[in-house]
Amino acid sequence: MSTSDVTKDGVTGQREGRDALIGQGTGRGGRRKRRGEQAMVPEAEFTSYYGKPVLNAPVWAAADVAAYLFLGGLAGAGSVLAAGAELTGRPAAARALKISSLVAIAGSAAALIHDLGRPARFVNMLRVMKPTSPMSVGSWVLAAYGPAAGAAAVLDVTGLFKPLGRAATVGAAALGPVVATYTAVLIADTAVPAWHEGYREMPLVFVGSGTAAASGVALLAAPAAETAPMRSAAVLGAGLDLAAARLMERRLGMLAEPYRQGKAGKLMRAAEILSVAGAAGGALLGGRSRIAAALGGAALLAGSACTRFGIFHAGMRSAQDPKYTVVPQRERANARDTAKTGGA
Amino acid sequence: MSGLVGRNLLAGAEPDVAKDAGYPDAPPRMGFFTDTSVCIGCKACEVACKEWNSVPEDGLEFTGMSYDNTQGLGADTWRHVAFIEQDKPVGNADSGVRWLMASDVCKHCTHAACLDVCPTGSLFRTEFGTVVVQEDICNGCGYCVPACPYGVIDQRKEDGRVWKCTLCYDRIGDGLEPACAKACPTDSIQFGPLDELRERAAARVDQLHGMGVEDARLYGHDPEDGVGGDGAFFLLLDEPEVYGLPPDPVVTTRDLPSMWRHAGVAAAALVAGAAALFTVHGRLGGRR
Repeated sequence: MSTSDVTKDGVTGQREGRDALIGQGTGRGGRRKRRGEQAMVPEAEFTSYYGKPVLNAPVWAAADVAAYLFLGGLAGAGSVLAAGAELTGRPAAARALKISSLVAIAGSAAALIHDLGRPARFVNMLRVMKPTSPMSVGSWVLAAYGPAAGAAAVLDVTGLFKPLGRAATVGAAALGPVVATYTAVLIADTAVPAWHEGYREMPLVFVGSGTAAASGVALLAAPAAETAPMRSAAVLGAGLDLAAARLMERRLGMLAEPYRQGKAGKLMRAAEILSVAGAAGGALLGGRSRIAAALGGAALLAGSACTRFGIFHAGMRSAQDPKYTVVPQRERANARDTAKTGGA
Repeated sequence: MSGLVGRNLLAGAEPDVAKDAGYPDAPPRMGFFTDTSVCIGCKACEVACKEWNSVPEDGLEFTGMSYDNTQGLGADTWRHVAFIEQDKPVGNADSGVRWLMASDVCKHCTHAACLDVCPTGSLFRTEFGTVVVQEDICNGCGYCVPACPYGVIDQRKEDGRVWKCTLCYDRIGDGLEPACAKACPTDSIQFGPLDELRERAAARVDQLHGMGVEDARLYGHDPEDGVGGDGAFFLLLDEPEVYGLPPDPVVTTRDLPSMWRHAGVAAAALVAGAAALFTVHGRLGGRR
């Protein structure tokens, strides 16, 4: 029943809060401020269509695609370290890394296929070779890398066809860096603001994160006598990961917000703590204590996984909030208009 | 194909997309001009599109936010009529509200990110310069979904594949206009050769400015914009973001060469770093 009445003097007796929300989006209104949270910068003013996102967010599942980002980095960087270990007389470390690369790349292929809307059609990925599609490039790289990594691991474990095993090891090491970095291009080549605008630093984050994870495997599975280079690699990898991520966030400006807030923020902070703890523990104590090495290795792996899941969720959030699409584009458009009209 | 060598085909103006895509004797590029100043929000376009293309139901939801219960474009919504109520007088009135209505659709970009990133070749450029999904090839990888700067293409959950406006590829090939344009009672949706539509749109903006409608502006008409101009462009009465459109969209693949360069540096750093580390730590005792 309506309680309002239309009279000559206007409308009377309206209920509070039932006016149509005119024009401006409603995205800002409903958000609760958490206690004690002080905004350092004023909330950006912007217009949207009822707070609805401009973009359609990725349909990818975190359990598939974020896991794939982690496993791809682990596999690719692992193959590089495996070749280094083998060529410098560290066979146990080399074998552990080859096995982890095979398991990781098999797992990532399974995750990718599982994430398809039509898994039975996964072979269509190799229907064309398309340089404008990082996913097409990646599919072909994986088609070459997978068998190489597989042969390297199987021939090492069985001890069969040693020259062929060596060739597969070197081949996997040559493709490994591409496997570890192309995924950064894959996610950056989208309209997702927090991913696209971070395209300069993202490959460095991924290389660092992948190297730290692969070093973690060596610390976990290989005898301490062989892991000295991997302990250094853990420090360098974790350092590069953190430094590049910091640099990326600084350059992203307001688009760094999704990396600092919510689920992504928690994951990124956890990644920092785990990576630093893992690298420091592994480097300082990993040479003496088998347990410290294993703990450090596990922390490095967990830290790398947190980085990838954090980046994944930050991207999702930046796609779901129209603010991150509209504000940077509006600023760009206004700057161009100002330049055109000579500041008038 | 020699005409393609040495040109940047990832961004910037591209006068003949169909020819560059491999059609030697392509018909003129076809598109939509949606003049939102005469849209009455009847949603006949939404209905006609669904009927002709057999697009499934997209959720019978009551949003409570406005007369718009469709909310946005997606796998099962290829035309979407936006509805905005503003505290702004119309014409010469001193006060009052105005209603903005606009029928949104796939932009059929000159540089279409969805098409660029599709790994299977399912998305392709037609002889009319439009962008269409081949549903018998799409494997549902979903890469095109976040690639689109306009939030148009999306995955149909129960089906797994992606769907979007085809600019009624099956109709225009037979000389018919697309279903939405055919059904539009006010000619807000106009279909035709893109060159002609751009001329008509420029004249319409001038006419509206002459009538005192200073807000009128075109959106997506400029071949120099971030996507090389849209095949489906609009006349709007407010900023694009008011209608849920991005104010300055850029095709993500414009930056792809730079992305690969940065990835190359990172990959090289991995190889060089590993080589340096193993050299410094040296070879372990005799046996190999």
